[in-house]
Amino acid sequence: MKAIVSVLGKDRVGITAAVCTKLAENNINILDISQTIMDGNFSMVMIVDMDKASVSIKEMSGVLEDLGKEIGQTIRIQREDIFDAMHRI
Amino acid sequence: MLNQKEILSTLQMIDQQHLDIRTITMGISLFSCAEVDPAKACRKIYDKICRYAQNLVQVGEDIESEFGIPIVNKRISVTPMALVAAASNTENYVPFAKAMDEAAKTCGVNFIGGYSALVQKGMTRADELLIRSLPEALASTERVCGSVNVGSTKAGINMDAVKLLGHTVKDLAARTAESGGAGCSKLVIFCNAVEDNPFMAGAFHGAGEAEKVINVGVSGPGVVHSAIKQVKGQPFDVLAETIKRTAFRVTRMGQLVAQEAASRLDTPFGIVDLSLAPTPAVGDSVARILEEMGLETCGTHGTTAALALLNDAVKKGGVMASSSVGGLSGAFIPVSEDEGMIAAAESGVLTLDKLEAMTCVCSVGLDMIAVPGDTPASTISAIIADEAAIGMINSKTTAVRLIPAPGKGVGDAVEFGGLFGSAPIMPVHPESSEEFIARGGRIPAPIQSLKN
Repeated sequence: MKAIVSVLGKDRVGITAAVCTKLAENNINILDISQTIMDGNFSMVMIVDMDKASVSIKEMSGVLEDLGKEIGQTIRIQREDIFDAMHRI
Repeated sequence: MLNQKEILSTLQMIDQQHLDIRTITMGISLFSCAEVDPAKACRKIYDKICRYAQNLVQVGEDIESEFGIPIVNKRISVTPMALVAAASNTENYVPFAKAMDEAAKTCGVNFIGGYSALVQKGMTRADELLIRSLPEALASTERVCGSVNVGSTKAGINMDAVKLLGHTVKDLAARTAESGGAGCSKLVIFCNAVEDNPFMAGAFHGAGEAEKVINVGVSGPGVVHSAIKQVKGQPFDVLAETIKRTAFRVTRMGQLVAQEAASRLDTPFGIVDLSLAPTPAVGDSVARILEEMGLETCGTHGTTAALALLNDAVKKGGVMASSSVGGLSGAFIPVSEDEGMIAAAESGVLTLDKLEAMTCVCSVGLDMIAVPGDTPASTISAIIADEAAIGMINSKTTAVRLIPAPGKGVGDAVEFGGLFGSAPIMPVHPESSEEFIARGGRIPAPIQSLKN
């Protein structure tokens, strides 16, 4: 199953590193990353593969939420289906 | 592959524009619970609801966390209770409502609908007993919602029931006087009621429905509002197209959630109801959409046309996005639940008469409107009759959910709290409709009922 990880917040050093580390620790493979800075706001979207993940998407959601609080970002993981439904016919 | 812009636009809809799944409603047939012994019937009702819906809330919460989309309510609708209770040897139907209430509490849902009677052509003994029990049943339970269908395009309007319901509404308000008559927010009086509506308080599981079914209600006034801000000053065809596109996206999401919920609950998928259902939160208002179209205040001249365009475009966008669109699908215009409607009513621009005109083109009817506590029962009946007539002639669903707030008059307001919001008391015409309502009988079905 594919999922979308989104990270939104104020830019600072080490956001991408921290998020990628957490994903690697849980054996989640990153398929695609795009990242931009607009007016000092950091925004990163990743498409990840959960097939070999060591945790469920629900558990990972909690892990990333905690990490987000630690590094001052809003981090979410959501099933890709929801975005597909809205943007692809 | 999805691009960043698309992903961020969805996140923005959820975070800033209040996009959500308003309700996952499980419809459950209670026909198998009919029993001569009322105590036994109540036990069967409680057991069956709990058996079918025990995982409803958990599944809703799981989907919410995996998809990252808020699912605001999980609810249950059941077979109109008058049809089930008719078999029982009793004149007291309140225990049936209590059984529903207990089951709702056990399942963890905030509302259960279906304490209902369908009397468009005539009342059975059971229908009348249920209607007469409504004030006590809804005042003594917490989560039970009731509805009565008093008319249809096929059958006309049952004016005996309309007359009775004027008193029912007053009695229910009096019994819940300490909360401003909030009990009335749990009672909807319909014409052309639909059998698969997932939204409360008017949800029930129609007699023609399956054993159990999952219906999903999607909402998103904020998303539509934000989309049409982008086309300021452009012609109406551009406006309609923008609303359609937005409604399409929102409904696609609803369809996905509905299918997922249906499969996890091992229950057939019924319909997606795409309704713009406002909440009192800023940025979640239908009135503000109408104003964004170019009206200074909702309720001024042009409001009905704006609402007609909105309601139609929402349906057109939604219908292509789901395998089965149903329920009420359109734009709701409840006054107390819509921040913009409250403001328009308080300013005196939005009146009861204008709201009645708007119900000719919205998806339901006069909804969550507070009127003076001393409004006579016959005036309430007359308002119900007017609304039912609009539904009957135009082959659409209309409804009335009025709150005659005890002890309050024009200039006061009632606070219901939460999703029910607050309502300024709106004036009604003081001239009497007493003799009109006293006639009783039935308004015959209109000529357009003869379609065969």
